[in-house]
Amino acid sequence: MKEILLLKEGEIALKGQNRSSFEDLLIKNAKRRLRALGPFSYFKAQSTIYVTPEDDGIDMDEAFEVAGRVFGVAAYCRACVVEKDYGAICEAAREYLAPALRAVKTFKVEAKRSDKSFPMRSPEICRELGGFLLESFPHLRVDVQNPDVVVIAEIRERGAYLHAGQLPGAGGIPVGSSGRAGLLISGGIDSPVAGYMMAKRGLELSAIHFESPPYTSERAREKVMALLQKLVPYCGRIKCYVVPFTKIQEEIRKNCPEDLFTIIMRRYMMRLSDRIAKEGGLSALVTGESLGQVASQTMLAMACTGAVTDLPIFRPVIGMDKNEIVAIARKIDTFETSILPYEDCCTVFTPRHPRTRPKLEMVEQAEQALQGGALVEEAFAATETVWIREL
Amino acid sequence: MQPSRAAPKEAARTIYLDNAATTCTDGRVASLIHEMLCEEYGNPSSLHNMGLRAERRVAAARRQVASLAGCREEEVYFTSGATEANNLALIGAARAKARRGRRIVTSQIEHASVLSALDSLAADGFDIVKIPPRSDGTVDPEAFAEAVDEGTVLASCMLVNNETGALCDVADIAGRCKAKNPQLLFHCDGVQALGKVPFSFKKLPVDLMSFSGHKLFAPKGIGALVVKKGVRLLPLLYGGKQQGGLRPGTENTAYIAGMGLACELARQEFSARLAQMERLHDHLLKKIAETPQLCSNSPLKCAPNIVNLSVPGIRSETMLHFLEGRGIYVSSASACTKGAKSHVLAAMGLPDRLVDSALRLSFSPDITEEDLDLTIAALCEGASSLARA
Repeated sequence: MKEILLLKEGEIALKGQNRSSFEDLLIKNAKRRLRALGPFSYFKAQSTIYVTPEDDGIDMDEAFEVAGRVFGVAAYCRACVVEKDYGAICEAAREYLAPALRAVKTFKVEAKRSDKSFPMRSPEICRELGGFLLESFPHLRVDVQNPDVVVIAEIRERGAYLHAGQLPGAGGIPVGSSGRAGLLISGGIDSPVAGYMMAKRGLELSAIHFESPPYTSERAREKVMALLQKLVPYCGRIKCYVVPFTKIQEEIRKNCPEDLFTIIMRRYMMRLSDRIAKEGGLSALVTGESLGQVASQTMLAMACTGAVTDLPIFRPVIGMDKNEIVAIARKIDTFETSILPYEDCCTVFTPRHPRTRPKLEMVEQAEQALQGGALVEEAFAATETVWIREL
Repeated sequence: MQPSRAAPKEAARTIYLDNAATTCTDGRVASLIHEMLCEEYGNPSSLHNMGLRAERRVAAARRQVASLAGCREEEVYFTSGATEANNLALIGAARAKARRGRRIVTSQIEHASVLSALDSLAADGFDIVKIPPRSDGTVDPEAFAEAVDEGTVLASCMLVNNETGALCDVADIAGRCKAKNPQLLFHCDGVQALGKVPFSFKKLPVDLMSFSGHKLFAPKGIGALVVKKGVRLLPLLYGGKQQGGLRPGTENTAYIAGMGLACELARQEFSARLAQMERLHDHLLKKIAETPQLCSNSPLKCAPNIVNLSVPGIRSETMLHFLEGRGIYVSSASACTKGAKSHVLAAMGLPDRLVDSALRLSFSPDITEEDLDLTIAALCEGASSLARA
């Protein structure tokens, strides 16, 4: 029995004249993610992308899982393809839906008939197919208000499709439809979540990671790469910039007041990110800052860090509590990796009493002691790039 | 120097037909282990570069095992072998779930490391139900699931039986159990299945699966338990934070790497090995059918690398030693029970004369049809020359 995936478009179906460019991007993204599993063909109709495996050996369980992480899909399901003939539909329903129907007590049938040449009307299909399934599975009852399973029969131009209800998809809009941005990622819990959230709103992400050997280890770098790998199923491939940051941190440590260390360090991270963004065609920066979480994430501290760049800075978790962020981190499977206990660039040289309400003039004054431009250029010149791709 | 015992009678060549007991370590695996022991000997928990390199080797091995077993790499926990994996799975799950209920369902054909671990739980107040097999040695899914009730916390059924090669329909068994009680954890002993029959952990509705290295051309002393993501077990051992604290103790990096490579090789050579096992299996069954002194005890649905047969009238152990004198190594029942009467064959309801004379032949890719012909000839010779019991 031939099985396909149906990806139902969400809000992109409302995009008016731009709709087809969103759809094309969605198909392109879906293709990229599914490619590793084997050949598929794609076509779109009625706000649905039909994904058909072109090889018998394709693992559809895996494909289903992959499709559940593609942004721009509001709901998705796997369905069996049937000849547009009522008898064939019944036979297929009895066989294909058996596992789903055996596990439940109540069901109802919904029919969607866009091919009006099909001789039965939707209510008739519902009634007849419902009756047939009741006979085939005597333990079932019909419950139209609150069924355990909704059996859906779609009669479309290209064929008939049967499935036992759909799951909510990853939501959002297709990655790339909003442009490209740089995600500042340290290895903690918040930044991968921030990246996931912005990718959901269509941003294609590059990552920017600062490392400070020997204060940070190779494991810390691997941890960040592992986190990005976890984001790839949602975001697509990610280019990661790894910026050597030791010298800047040592210079700040040597020349600036201790209580301003963190804020000045973050301003340098922003300056470097700004530099990378402009070189790499990134139009915004994304951080995992949450208001008031730590000293550098107070409103005044963020004003100071933001002052060194004219790029928009997106902070999608700004209004979230830690437990809310953790819930998303668990959902996207980054949490376990994030809590691996390696030093990262943000935790070395942490001042004992960081200033929580820094004044911009004071910070700028303190930075006078540094050869700022040269430090940024040196670090930028030594920046490595690593591609994190679909496995 | 003279050998202290008389050398065994000259045999043309050793025919090792006891691969379900253990296998010869693959030369490639042995070289890798040697390299690990002498060069990559860092502790994966060490912070320095040598530790990191060792950690990467363990991670790579985990990926290799995961790839063959069809699970996620973070679901693989390395153990000292399948006995530990079975104990950790069953005792760890039962203790974690003890407050939900006390009933555990399993089959009578399980390996001793499953049955004995469950017996230890019976002493802790768990109620262990052991379902008898059908006469062909497989487990009846309906009968198994019938025993599951609301208070059942755990069920365990093997995929391939070690004595008969019987292939149990674990997908159906576990599916039915979970339909009846979605809370229960399902464990599957996959020791004889890994690399031998096609299956995929993620396609089976099971939560825990045990594997062994030395059945797959890696050394003894290494195994793995696959724990489905989200399933919580209590550890058997307490110590450091290795392997998420579920299996503390410095990782046996050399053997872990060895098991990883053995799995990788089994995956690459899977189709070729399977085809050869099937050829040998068909050949042997045909020969047994043509030989009136022999009868097969293996079911139709079985792993192709194991054949269980009986030579009625000749006790297993007698025949085993007779064959040994001809350089042919087989097993009576399973090697783990050292000559005790087979609980599996007895549970299948085989008559005593077949149980007492049962032998298990298990293949490796080195075995040829000619080896099997020689074995059949030796069995016939034994059947006519040995004294009847």
